Amino acid sequence: MTIVNLILHVAVLLLLPPLLLGVITKTKAWFGGRVGAPLLQPYYDLAKLLRRGMVLSTTTTWVFRAGPIITLATVLLAGLLIPIGGFNAPIAFTGDLILFAYLFGLARFFTTSAALDTGSAFEGMGSAREVTFACLSEPALFFALMVLAKVSGSLTLTTMLQGPTNAFSADVAAPLVLISIGLFIVLLAETCRIPVDDPNTHLELTMIHEAMVLDHSGPLLSVILYAASVKLLVLGTVLLHVIAPFEFGKVWLDWPLYLVEILGLAAIIGIVESVMARLQMRHVPYLLTGALLFCGFGFILLIR
Amino acid sequence: MNVLFLLLIAIVLLGFSGVPGCLLSARSAAGQRVATALMAAGSLLGLACVAGILCAGSAPSLSLAWGFQQSRFAVAVDPLSAWFLIPVFIVPMLGSVYGLGYWKQAEHPANGRRLGLFFGLLAAAMALVVIARDGVLFLIAWEVMALAAYFAATAEDDKAEVRRAGWIYLIATHIGTLFLLALFALWRHATGSFALEAGHSFPAEAATTLFVLALIGFGFKAGLMPLHVWLPGAHANAPSHVSAVMSGVMLKMGVYGIVRMTALLPVGAVWWGPVLLAVGAATSVAGIAFAIGQRDLKRLLAYSSIENIGIIAMGLGLALLGREQHHAEWVLLGLGGALLHVWNHSLFKSLLFFNAGAVIHAAQTRDIDQMGGLAKRLPRVMALFVVGAAAICALPPLNGFASEWLLYVGLFRTLGLGGEAGAPAVALAAVALAMTGALAVACFVKVLGAVFLGTPRSEAGGHAHEPEAVMLMPMAALACGCVVIGLFPLGVMPLVAAAFQTWASHPAPLSVAASVPLKSLSVAGLALVGLAAALFLSLKLILRTKRVRQGVTWDCGYARPTGRMQYTGSSLGNSLVELTSFLLWPKHFRTALRGHFPRPSAFKSLVPDTVLDRLVMPLFRTTGRYLPKLRVLQQGQTHVYVLYILIVMIVLLVWGGMGS
Repeated sequence: MTIVNLILHVAVLLLLPPLLLGVITKTKAWFGGRVGAPLLQPYYDLAKLLRRGMVLSTTTTWVFRAGPIITLATVLLAGLLIPIGGFNAPIAFTGDLILFAYLFGLARFFTTSAALDTGSAFEGMGSAREVTFACLSEPALFFALMVLAKVSGSLTLTTMLQGPTNAFSADVAAPLVLISIGLFIVLLAETCRIPVDDPNTHLELTMIHEAMVLDHSGPLLSVILYAASVKLLVLGTVLLHVIAPFEFGKVWLDWPLYLVEILGLAAIIGIVESVMARLQMRHVPYLLTGALLFCGFGFILLIR
Repeated sequence: MNVLFLLLIAIVLLGFSGVPGCLLSARSAAGQRVATALMAAGSLLGLACVAGILCAGSAPSLSLAWGFQQSRFAVAVDPLSAWFLIPVFIVPMLGSVYGLGYWKQAEHPANGRRLGLFFGLLAAAMALVVIARDGVLFLIAWEVMALAAYFAATAEDDKAEVRRAGWIYLIATHIGTLFLLALFALWRHATGSFALEAGHSFPAEAATTLFVLALIGFGFKAGLMPLHVWLPGAHANAPSHVSAVMSGVMLKMGVYGIVRMTALLPVGAVWWGPVLLAVGAATSVAGIAFAIGQRDLKRLLAYSSIENIGIIAMGLGLALLGREQHHAEWVLLGLGGALLHVWNHSLFKSLLFFNAGAVIHAAQTRDIDQMGGLAKRLPRVMALFVVGAAAICALPPLNGFASEWLLYVGLFRTLGLGGEAGAPAVALAAVALAMTGALAVACFVKVLGAVFLGTPRSEAGGHAHEPEAVMLMPMAALACGCVVIGLFPLGVMPLVAAAFQTWASHPAPLSVAASVPLKSLSVAGLALVGLAAALFLSLKLILRTKRVRQGVTWDCGYARPTGRMQYTGSSLGNSLVELTSFLLWPKHFRTALRGHFPRPSAFKSLVPDTVLDRLVMPLFRTTGRYLPKLRVLQQGQTHVYVLYILIVMIVLLVWGGMGS
């Protein structure tokens, strides 16, 4: 059974992510009264980009190519560290939560460096924003992880994330509610969604993530888009463990349940994107400080 | 023959390595080569001795009378000393090799010989500090170290800036030594001898006083905030290989002092650990925040050293708390993380200072915002810099991550998991550490981007060239160390366990591997490397059949971008400087635009050191302004001085009479 779960875990991790982007786009189209692109459009886009050639800026070095590749490697490894649905993570050990958090740091280091490699001012702006906002979202993530560690009594992500299922009590309800709000904001920020960043914007000055990848094209761009969707899946799965800790205990029911949950989360993100406008860039730190405060107060409530 | 004698011979070799050069002509390269050979011989002999001692599991000691009253020439090597000796023997040796290319005797006839002399003396003094077991001997070695570092760091003393930085360093280090004098005097008073041996019992107040004196005295050397004032200037103005030794090893002597004193003192008050933890957390966050604001590459690296010292202090704080509360695991993880970070920082910070030296050589400036595009000119230096930068940001799978991971696990343990007693407030330090990590990524992305990536911003950068092999080899060796410790941290854990045993005098030996799964960390690190390599290869395969064109960077359709249009390091760090402006107090200079046709305008921003430039210097200036008034007392006439003595005697007599 574990082998089957392992295969399913890897398959979901590799194949599902672009569908989430499709669901978000479809939801936004529905809100806008449009038909919208097909649900599978992100897959077609990725396939098309993979077939294309590539333009490299003359100023770039190997860092420009390393950025997308290392980002993809880190998010995939992060995906192997978390339990999906009711099933254990393929790689689990005490303290893997810190590796999980720092893998995103590694991805950020290389994404932002790759952007600076082009020597473009726009991409510099994107990098500056990315590293700045991370300084607020990273502590928020650690507060949330500390709450989960305390609630579950473990430093292994598998146990921590499945902990709320078993140990759900009135004492921990309030902290968990607070950190799930904080985590949701962190999720929106880290995956570059509205209200922090607009992946569909067309003005370079207002972008964060899209500004950093302006010069990537062809297969490299497909790697970037794919890695971004995997990141959405990974962080979304972590959030689901906190806000929807349900399971049937049967394999053939739990996998479909997880699929429904994660696609539902994508729809919720789509709704948030449809009903909100992007914040002014100088207001984003306030939102992230809010996330930090939610998670921090969750922690204080728990240990008081 | 006693292994300690061999070790002392090694130290003497280091100490005298620069002497032959002083006897040769000012332009002769032979002296420098002899110095490097002697350094290498001494260091390798020293490393062999340390390896022998560690393998035998012995702790040899030696105590000779040497003419000082109540003091003996006492030296010993226990696992703690051995741990700190290893970087002392490795980094200066590599620095000396690097110096062959970086500070050629023929190009620096005025100060090359002096630099060689004090460089060796600095290494020897540090080795002696680590093995000294007598208060007086320790202080002598400490003072030799401080002065040797002063003369080595001020090699270019024809520049006013260098003299000023050296002066501040000299004052700061002597204020620190003053506290250490008090520390050892009090130690002598409390224990009856200068011998630095554990097992004494102290009254609680005496132990606390000793701890506070050690924290301040050694804190000056280590650079704990706000005692760091000397550090940025001295590191920025020293030759790069001296900066590497100062930052990579000499700061660790301050750490060693704190580790040694806390090992000698009995289990202290409950607040020792939390105070050190809080100081460490504040130092690390503030250190890296200041680093982001710097434009001078070496000042930036110096502030990042302060940050790393803060991280080490956090580990020691956790260990102290664990010792007081009888949590062996906290002690193991805190001390283990701190000690491993001592090694790691000496590896990657020396690497980064060596890189900085090569960059400054090539670009002819220390100003980050004048550089750019050096990756094309110095590809090897850049690749090594990426390793060092990723390691210092504690990114997996490099060594910085391994030590911070131990510390994180230790801090998370204080949450009190699974019903065991905890101190959850202490876990807040983990959040400070996370913030430090995120800020460090911002800081080093700024350096990497502004120095190496993009296009050159000035003329000099365009003509830069790769440094010679003698400069590249030490860097490559250090980078290898970063990778190996990062992938296989388990390999050094027996040494950590032995040091833990010495420090905590724990009855039963504890193994780090048993309490945390370092093997899994290695597996995850290797998986990451494998995954990235596989993806690289597949991308290569995909691109083989595709057309890859070269073009100009996209700039909104503007086809002729120039180097000056790039985002500079200062712009990259600006939003973070603004976020932390309550701490950094950045200064902005701008000329106001007036009229319909304003004149050309300029803008400049600067992040001065809050403690030095806004507190210490004004204080010193004010003191200098008002205290000269006291000079009226200084008449230069002997009978007036005798009168002063008479007055003081009368006052004392009256005071004494009132007391009885």
